[in-house]
Parts: sequence; C-alpha cells; structure tokens
Amino acid sequence: MADAVLHPTQLQDGYEPSLFSTFSNKIGMWLFILSDSLTFGALLFAYSYSRVSNPAWPTPFTSESIINATIMTGALLTSSLTMVLAVSAASRNDRGWSIKWLLATMFFGALFVVLHIREWLGLIEKGMTPSKNPWGAAQFGGTFFTLTGLHMLHVTIGIVILGIMVLRSTGKKFSANDIEVSGLYWHFVDLVWMFIFPLVYLMSTKIT
Amino acid sequence: MGTSDAITAEHVVEQHTHHSHKQFYVVWVALLVATGIEVLLAYMQLPAVKMLTILIGLSIVKSALIILWFMHMKFEIPRMRRLMMVSLCVCLLLMCVFFADAFRILALPPK
Repeated sequence: MADAVLHPTQLQDGYEPSLFSTFSNKIGMWLFILSDSLTFGALLFAYSYSRVSNPAWPTPFTSESIINATIMTGALLTSSLTMVLAVSAASRNDRGWSIKWLLATMFFGALFVVLHIREWLGLIEKGMTPSKNPWGAAQFGGTFFTLTGLHMLHVTIGIVILGIMVLRSTGKKFSANDIEVSGLYWHFVDLVWMFIFPLVYLMSTKIT
Repeated sequence: MGTSDAITAEHVVEQHTHHSHKQFYVVWVALLVATGIEVLLAYMQLPAVKMLTILIGLSIVKSALIILWFMHMKFEIPRMRRLMMVSLCVCLLLMCVFFADAFRILALPPK
C-alpha cells in the first residue's frame, strides 16, 4: 500500500488529477455516447442483416423523399455548426452569442423533426406500418420505424436539453462546461444520422 | 465558482482558442459537399455493392470530421483519444460476425 501514497501537490480539491485531463461530466458524456453508439450500431446491423437476407427489400424512396432527407441532413449538419459556435462563445464567457447560437441549433433541430414527421406521414399514407408495407419484405417497416424513431427521439431530447441550457444561461447557472457537454450529445445525434441517411434512404431509392 | 470549475473552464477556453471559427466552417462545408456526393451517387444508380462501399467510406470520413473537430476529440490527450476510439471500433466491428448468418439465409433452399 506504500506505493499508493500521493504527493500533496498531485491533489486538486482533495482528488487526484483527472486521468484524461478533463472534467468528469465530459468523461461521463463520452461513456454515454460509447454505450449509445452500440445501441444504434446494433439497430443498423439489424437493418442491414434484414436487408441482406431479403432479396425483395423495398425501395420506396422516390426523388421527393431523397430531396426531403437531404434537406434534413443539411439542417442537422448546420445545427452542428451552430452548436460548436455556441460552445465557442460560451468558452469566451459570451452569454449573448452562446444563447443565440443555442437557439439557432434548436431551430435546425426542430426543422429536422418536422421534416422527418412529414416523411413518416407520407409513408404511413402509402400503407406502411411496422408490420407490413405494400412493396415487399415485411421487416422493412419495423426496422425503419425503430431506427429512425429512436433517432428522432434523441433529437427531440437534444432540443429539450438545449432549451434547458438556454434557460440556465439566461439565469445565474451559466456554465461553459455544461454547454460543451450538451454539445457532445448533439454532435453524436448528428453523427448517427450520417450512417442512417446513406444506409436507409440512399440505398433504397426508386429514381427513374 | 470552485477551483476545479475554474480549472476546467480555463481548459475549455484554451481548447477553443487553439482553433479559429474558420476551421469549423471549412469542416461544415466539407460535410455538405460529402453529402452532396452521396446524393449524386443515389441518382447515378450504381451497382449496389459499389455504391455501399463508397457510401460507407464517405460516412466514415464524415464521422471522423465530426468527432475530431466538432466534438473536439482532436484536442483531447492521446490517452483519451485511443481508449474511446479503439473500444468503440472494436465493439462495432464485432457485430459484423452476424452477417455470415444473413448470407447463409440467402443460400437456404425455398420452403
């Protein structure tokens, strides 16, 4: 046990310095991102598995759907840019710009959700449900709604978190660290869509 | 604000002063261009395997840009970078083992 004795200069507020040279909230968020990426990874693999094992996989996405999904992707990428600018402003203690960029991020996130719901309603109108669809393999509906639904839920939770950050920033609880951590979550949501968009939409197009 | 809060806040400021906003705009444009290429490929209607390979390749490049610049992994210490990224890649790659079974189903005789 003698080897475990720490020199007093190594201590910071009574604790050892962080192993990763950063604050604990951020490490916690990274660990959450790792675990959540495995959840999305498993769903993407399940979708791909179903697709590979079903030669009659539906290709329902017309040019209109692809344009809609491309605008959704653009909105999400732009929201990531505004988020990183919010984090940057917060790190300079510039509350005003931080709040403005956070609100812009929320706007683009909300735009993504609205467009996504429109896409869903269009597919439901054509007769697609989680258990059946008019085009082919029945698994398509289940895997599509689970994957995109979980992602949409993540985006919605992200918008709520950013709303809380805005409220805290207007009050006395402004924290650059908290905004950075919520930014990590937001970028992760964007990152997941970078795989859903090509695998689910672009690989199932019906463009004539 | 406690001592540890002050230290971490300084750390955040330090990270952000290392890179200008220009880098973020460049990454954003690169991501939009990569997305444009992906959509263009969809309209070209390439053979499925070729298209999948290119799309996955572009998605990995886009992910790397987001993780490194937007999520600031580029500016973390090497220990954190290695531990997070290696563990993630290994776990995701392990899932590939199931694809062998998916191909087996295709080879089964009809009922």
